[in-house]
Amino acid sequence: MTSTIDASDELTAVPDGFDIRDVEQFLFREARFADESDYDSWEALWTDDALYWVPAGNDSVDPLATMSVVYDNRNRISTRLKQLRTGRRYAQAPPSNLRRLISNVELVGGRAVAGNGVDLEVGANFLVVESRARGNRLWGGRVTYRLRWVDGALRLSYKKVVLVDKDKPLPTLGFLI
Amino acid sequence: MTSRLTGVAPLIQRDKVHASLYTDQAIFAEELQKIWYRTWVFVGHESEVSQPGDYVRKRLGLQDVIMTRDRDGEIHLLLNRCAHRGNQVCDDAKGNSATFRCPLHGWTFRNTGELIGFPFYKGYGTRKLDLAMGRVARVDSYHGFVFGSFAEEGPSLLDHLGAAAGEIDRLVRLSPENRVELTAGWLGHETHSNWKLLAENETDGYHPQFVHGSIFGVTGSTIGPLYSDASTAVTRDLGNGHSENDLRPEFRKFAEPMRWFGTTEQRVPDYVAAMRALHGDAAEQILIEGAPHVMIFPNLFIAEIQVFNIQPVAFNQCTQYSTAVQLVGAPELNKRMVSQCVGSVGPAGMLLADDTEMYERNQLGLEARQPEWLQIRRGLQRETTDENGFIIGGATDETGMRGFWSHYASLMEAQ
Repeated sequence: MTSTIDASDELTAVPDGFDIRDVEQFLFREARFADESDYDSWEALWTDDALYWVPAGNDSVDPLATMSVVYDNRNRISTRLKQLRTGRRYAQAPPSNLRRLISNVELVGGRAVAGNGVDLEVGANFLVVESRARGNRLWGGRVTYRLRWVDGALRLSYKKVVLVDKDKPLPTLGFLI
Repeated sequence: MTSRLTGVAPLIQRDKVHASLYTDQAIFAEELQKIWYRTWVFVGHESEVSQPGDYVRKRLGLQDVIMTRDRDGEIHLLLNRCAHRGNQVCDDAKGNSATFRCPLHGWTFRNTGELIGFPFYKGYGTRKLDLAMGRVARVDSYHGFVFGSFAEEGPSLLDHLGAAAGEIDRLVRLSPENRVELTAGWLGHETHSNWKLLAENETDGYHPQFVHGSIFGVTGSTIGPLYSDASTAVTRDLGNGHSENDLRPEFRKFAEPMRWFGTTEQRVPDYVAAMRALHGDAAEQILIEGAPHVMIFPNLFIAEIQVFNIQPVAFNQCTQYSTAVQLVGAPELNKRMVSQCVGSVGPAGMLLADDTEMYERNQLGLEARQPEWLQIRRGLQRETTDENGFIIGGATDETGMRGFWSHYASLMEAQ
């Protein structure tokens, strides 16, 4: 399977055909599906060459040679969600109560993907309140998304979540961030 | 509650241990002195400071330690504290520098800990002061795994490792160059439980089918049966608190090279060829038997392709640091090792996040006032001794825990 890790290193101009309002609505929807542990709807947002990445520490290193908190291609996203759906993924059973804010949305540029045209790259800040039986936790950071039109609908090909706490030991991250 | 005046001995019995061992702050304070600041503790790997001048910040118990490599290639473990007024001298997580300069008054230390200068020396009436950074008294390594002991004297690292050294050998020989590196970086996982719940769990073959049933089920993993009632694997008490789940009997049954790694030799042809070129006929056994699953007292856990460094924070908190094994000369395997390891361990790992959930619920459960004891009797009635004199139990028996507690008691009772 090819993956958006094969995307060009070069950021080009913001590609045509994306409206900021559509983009924001998409990001808010993705956030809501994650907050509500709506795994089927969340999974349906991804393209086949997806990459979901939460780096640990320095995020400019080679993720294939370095430990990450999450580094899921499309297959592994599917595995992660299947595990969650069993109801016996104890780190997320019962599921966390979650709500997140997405802000500072910027259309950053374009990313050429072999055979798939140019994805829109979007940056945003986020803050999640996670409530679990053993306490509450704030998770914050910067997200880089890549979006693509597929059959008339926006899809997510890449989501990189750089946590502000990335340089410290993290508590269990069982939910979709 | 048993009186603390009598020491921990009454709290540790052959078939049960007392909950206060996990919940009593005084016992935790005593462990720091008698275990973490005395015995050999795993700190890091030499490959993390591969060049002269390299340094990396580490934890040893509650201590902030700088692991350095000096210009002669020697490894030091320095305490991150200026000899003047105790300010931290190093704030970067890692880097390369021959010296550390305290930002508070400019005192400068060599990466061996030696004081080499301080500003405005006339105020001291001398250019030389007999002061230095604190050091971990003894530093030694085995196949690059660096251990520190705050005790000036005591058993050597090899004495401490004992039979566990052979398990590290077993890991290292999987490299076509007989060399392992830990260069993929460490995930830190904040864990709200007593460190001993982790040490006990690492070779507990009873829990995988239950805690990890969700991921074994959806991936069709072959790990589950290794830890079943029908498994021929054994749990071995290696002495000195070390223990292993010896899975080799199961892998020998199948006799398939690389099955231990969840793959086949066709998928990693260069690696298998390199191993056969190096070892000849002996390669088959190495490729079939795979990597060890060993808990080295008190804090190094080698789980086949991943390495854990457990460090205590408080009686009810510890940190798990985990990374992927990298076999020198095996590029075909190393990326897969990182990928598998990232999927399994750390805060979002599909295995370890569930273990950690159990550790944390277990810690809360232990606050219940009754019953006061935890059972560690599983398999006690069917333990035997292997040909080398080690106690072995079945794949799901608590033989490893009993070995852990026996050594723990001997350290805690020592003066």
